[in-house]
Amino acid sequence: MDIAILVFPGTNREKDMAMAVQTVTGKAPRMVWHKETDLGKLDLVILPGGFSYGDYLRCGAMAAHSPIMKEVLRHAARGTPLLGVCNGFQMLVETGLLPGALLRNQSLKFICKQVYLRAENNNNDFMRGFEAGQIINVPVAHGEGNYFADEDTIKTLNDQDRVAFRYCNENGQSDESAAINGSREHIAGILSADKKILGMMPHPENATQSWQANVSGLPLFTGMIGAITGA
Amino acid sequence: MNATPKIKEPPVFQEPKVSAKTAAAYGITAEEYAHILEILDREPSYTELGIFSVMWSEHCSYKSSRLHLKKLPTDAPWVIQGPGENAGVIDIGDGMAAVFKMESHNHPSYIEPFQGAATGVGGIMRDVFTMGARPIANLNALRFGDPAHPKTRHLLAGVVSGIGGYGNCMGVPTVGGEVNFHPSYNGNILVNAMTVGIAEQKNIYYARGAAPNQPVVYVGSKTGRDGIHGATMASASFDDDAEAQRPTVQVGDPFTEKLLLEACLELMQKDAIIAIQDMGAAGLTSSSVEIADKGEIGVHLNLDLVPMRETLMSPYEIMLSESQERMLMILKPEKEAEARAIFEKWDLDFAVIGTTTVARQLKLDMYGRTWCDIPVPPLVDDAPMYDRPRADFTPPEALDNSLYDIPNGDITAALQTIIASPDMASKRWIWEQYDHLVMGETIAAPGKADSALVKLPGSNKALAMTSDCTPRYCAANPHDGGKQVIAESYRNICAVGALPLAVTDNLNFGNPERPEIMAQFAGCIEGMAEACRALHYPVVSGNVSLYNETSGQSILPTPTIGGVGLMDDYTKAVGIGFKEEGETIIMIGGDGAHLGSSLYLREIHAKEIGLPPPVDLSAELTNGTFIREVISQSMISSCHDISDGGLLPALADMAMAGDMGFVLDEVSQLSAAFWFGEDQARYIVATNKPDDFVKHAADKNIQTRILGRTGGKDLKISSTHSISVKELKQSHENWLPAYMEQE
Repeated sequence: MDIAILVFPGTNREKDMAMAVQTVTGKAPRMVWHKETDLGKLDLVILPGGFSYGDYLRCGAMAAHSPIMKEVLRHAARGTPLLGVCNGFQMLVETGLLPGALLRNQSLKFICKQVYLRAENNNNDFMRGFEAGQIINVPVAHGEGNYFADEDTIKTLNDQDRVAFRYCNENGQSDESAAINGSREHIAGILSADKKILGMMPHPENATQSWQANVSGLPLFTGMIGAITGA
Repeated sequence: MNATPKIKEPPVFQEPKVSAKTAAAYGITAEEYAHILEILDREPSYTELGIFSVMWSEHCSYKSSRLHLKKLPTDAPWVIQGPGENAGVIDIGDGMAAVFKMESHNHPSYIEPFQGAATGVGGIMRDVFTMGARPIANLNALRFGDPAHPKTRHLLAGVVSGIGGYGNCMGVPTVGGEVNFHPSYNGNILVNAMTVGIAEQKNIYYARGAAPNQPVVYVGSKTGRDGIHGATMASASFDDDAEAQRPTVQVGDPFTEKLLLEACLELMQKDAIIAIQDMGAAGLTSSSVEIADKGEIGVHLNLDLVPMRETLMSPYEIMLSESQERMLMILKPEKEAEARAIFEKWDLDFAVIGTTTVARQLKLDMYGRTWCDIPVPPLVDDAPMYDRPRADFTPPEALDNSLYDIPNGDITAALQTIIASPDMASKRWIWEQYDHLVMGETIAAPGKADSALVKLPGSNKALAMTSDCTPRYCAANPHDGGKQVIAESYRNICAVGALPLAVTDNLNFGNPERPEIMAQFAGCIEGMAEACRALHYPVVSGNVSLYNETSGQSILPTPTIGGVGLMDDYTKAVGIGFKEEGETIIMIGGDGAHLGSSLYLREIHAKEIGLPPPVDLSAELTNGTFIREVISQSMISSCHDISDGGLLPALADMAMAGDMGFVLDEVSQLSAAFWFGEDQARYIVATNKPDDFVKHAADKNIQTRILGRTGGKDLKISSTHSISVKELKQSHENWLPAYMEQE
């Protein structure tokens, strides 16, 4: 099994991600510098969080034009599973691999806090570790996580069961009390049409270790890696 | 010099002529100027004058404080590096070291809060990774003016987003801090930032150690005209048009600093660096002088080779620029190519700008001319040192508690007011803007424990960190206030179960030329020194910020302390929140008896009078040691020290953090001092083994008092006084967001 975590200048949650992956696989994933041009054969590519290129243009916009991104697109076309978290999600949106845009938080402030998410499905390789409707508690840490897409896109995402996670309150309701950053329909994470790409703003990797607030992000990793190993 | 200087047409500028009058405008006294003439045996050039003025500024030379700083204990068997380097270094076992320091960025943050605070955070992180340590935690201590002052809200918002903007981008969690409000900071806020890093003991880098004929290498960002004379600004008081100094504030670029961090740490694995110094205050001047002075050598620079982002910069501007994200290093000559490749990988400038020399001169060439040729040692060794006069201190009168009863005996109303007062209200609005979880090792998030706790990667060890100061005590009695600052830091580390190891100090005071300020300064230091000695808690790094006054109004004396402790097994650590229903709540230390200088007095009776509570250092040591012991034996499930606000607010903190109430059925007390006195050396614990606990304490002659039991949704103080956790939490949480929303 070969899992790669891509590292861009300004990426800063790659170690958190590696720790989460290793908790499940027992093996350190491959860290790949953005100037490399060949990813080789891979079972999973992860774009971790951070501030690639300082996020001075739009978040993820510069990284979307990084040398390694050609390889990412090639892998995506081949159906290699692709996970983008936070800045990684922003990159996936900037490359057009996922629809929509991530705008500044409605509060105009950076937000770092534990939030509740509802797993909206479990019928794909990313979500199979969850019960559909399962409520998990993981942190967010972003300034621009306000998911926006036009009505048609949102309808398509809903119709095709491509919303992976929504923000909710502790009882699982996605009402005003669950609003975090202004995202449309409380969307926290979405899947590609073939369900081979998942992008999400919250950090499941920061809810996988015994000393962290909880380990409710772990099923994402066990499920996703289990899909590769056939577990 | 191993690079060919670029030949340029000299630009059309002429250095102003220097005289005693010019020198005075740069903060150099007539006496100091006469000394410069003596050193050089001629008039200095304009560039040379600029260099003297920053090196001899209060900020760089500690001329008013040096004499007193010597009183602080700096040694212990676990201290690897005390004050004098970029940061302090202590042994944390397994061949690892903790590297840390706290530093102020007060004046810039008042003038331009976002950039001022951001570059403060950037600067302190650089101090730590210059030594080869990876930063693992940031903390900050902020002091703002009266919430009602028209600038406070704007300053607070700007400072918080500046700190967040820098730390978040760097990927270093901001895990703790403190925030106070007081009118004395109306025209002079305090932004004190602390960084803690970890390094392998065998891989620590210093500014010392350079020898002649080695390449002087500049890495990082290009030099611009920002921040020129920042160090001098930090050494003068403000008047009312402080905003006019905005061009002296540096501009931060956390992205470049993140690259610089990674590039430096990568190079530090290669055994290529001989000496390294970050370019902080006084930029290229102080970094080159430090390296030269500590290596007992000279430095010859060709300023044409300095990477510049603006054209036609003068030698003066280049030497005095405080552009951020830059480092100066002395490399092993044979490693230059390898080092260059690393910085090019990270897209950073790398330039050999000169060489070290046998002659102990600072020599600067540019545009085909020599602009500066001055001896190095006098810049450091001959820097003025003053024993400034101190006023006699008259302590305030002791307070008659009987005049300050709880209004109408309504204890819950008093509690609610205190818990929602600006100093005590929840700072969630602030720390939720800081990424406190990145790196994945944060154990205790803000508000959950008396110290922040960050685990060491791949280990069960954790570092406990806290920042503390009670300025109102320091004002009322500098000596006792100084003792108390150290004692409280010590308690906060003990309360999670960690062993306090060492502190960094950030001494913020007013104008040292005023005898009453100098009395505060010396008094606080003497008190701190006494406490550091008694608690085996030495000072390993620090920073002094004087002239914190605006239009003659001085700040409260604020010697902020950053404490670091070690927890051998993080799984044993405890937080403040109640965890289980039906546990016994026990107070350690005596009953509260002092109301002088308390928050209660200020918030309920609008008085800032009276002596602060006395500090009994031997009780601090005994009680702190006892607390660590019972935590390591898993005898208690939560612990909180009693500090600001006294007993009842501390109990309320524990209830709110654990979302669990309590019944205090073992006490029938209603005196204000019992509930709100801030007497020292005290803790509250919750335990399910009360008999063992009390017996164990009695064996050690430690006073305990059973207060009641945990459980329920209300704080039941007596049969007639009760309030729900929910309602209290609302008051506690609402103040700051509500305040920030009023524009």
